[in-house]
Amino acid sequence: MKIGVLYSRIRHDEKLLLGEFRERGHEVTKIDVRDQRFDLTEPPAAFADVDLVVDRCLATSRSRYATRFLAAYGIPVVNSPETAAVCADKAECSLALAGAGVPTPRTEVAFTKESAMESIERFGYPCVVKPVIGSWGRLLAKIDSRSAAEAILEHKSTLGHYEHKVFYIQEFVAKPGRDIRVVATDGEPVGAMVRSSEHWLTNAAKGADTEQFELDDEARDLVARASEAVGGGLLGVDLMETNDPDAGHSYTVHEVNHTVEFKALDGVTDVDVPARVVDWLEGEAEAADEAAVAAP
Amino acid sequence: MANCPECGGEVSLHDDAEVGEIIDCGTCGAELEVIDVDPPVLETAPELEEDWGE
Repeated sequence: MKIGVLYSRIRHDEKLLLGEFRERGHEVTKIDVRDQRFDLTEPPAAFADVDLVVDRCLATSRSRYATRFLAAYGIPVVNSPETAAVCADKAECSLALAGAGVPTPRTEVAFTKESAMESIERFGYPCVVKPVIGSWGRLLAKIDSRSAAEAILEHKSTLGHYEHKVFYIQEFVAKPGRDIRVVATDGEPVGAMVRSSEHWLTNAAKGADTEQFELDDEARDLVARASEAVGGGLLGVDLMETNDPDAGHSYTVHEVNHTVEFKALDGVTDVDVPARVVDWLEGEAEAADEAAVAAP
Repeated sequence: MANCPECGGEVSLHDDAEVGEIIDCGTCGAELEVIDVDPPVLETAPELEEDWGE
């Protein structure tokens, strides 16, 4: 089959995918999103005859719009624009998770410094302020005091893009020095790892140590439900472990990523992650092809 | 072999280099984007944007 890989930077993750596709004899077209112009009705020539486009755009804004245009042309794309739109925005993602009854950290959104300060004071210290758009643990603030809160809100109000004036405030979850990243296809885990760090941020991009992790039934159930809540697809679901005195050990889902990086997971797990991902993408392409044939 | 657009130093590409891949110049450390592999062409990589990520 003919696979279009939409990209703006070829990371190790994309190299793994490209290698797997080529090894299986698929025709792969690399499509640099920076070169494309998206008409309202006619797809760019680069997408002609592709059976499936895999969106691997590094820039969230490009990912959101490009997937939207591709879907409008009727070109199958993974992930869907609906999933991309939800996962790209932390407020949307939190709403989707909460709406589906998936445990997620308590969160409030406020639009002024004064109302944001009220949220912060209600959560108490420490609490966390995050940008609604962003990744790799960047621009996240753990707020330990009122004076720190005032400074951060002032900086965000004065220096930031308008999106930084959407104050996304979250309870601080006292996780046990690690969180869990699960790569999943339509809610079925491909593999999981823990990301451990002395720092409160445990992103692999921040240099956290990674190790394979065996999911229990509760975690698997949450991954499936979180995936469904955001529209499904190839996702990175992030969980934190909680230990409530009454409820005991459990999990909370704090993020779902729609252009998930999996090189770190591939490096620590026994699972051949790119192979499993391409297995699933092949199924998606076949399903799209069957749907096209069945269409009147 | 290509030349680093930042420092002019020689940069060699791996056999499996892909257009769009980012490599580091061994001389000056600049991040370089592979524009072409045959013959190799390099440009200074774009700066990190705020909405980049996964």
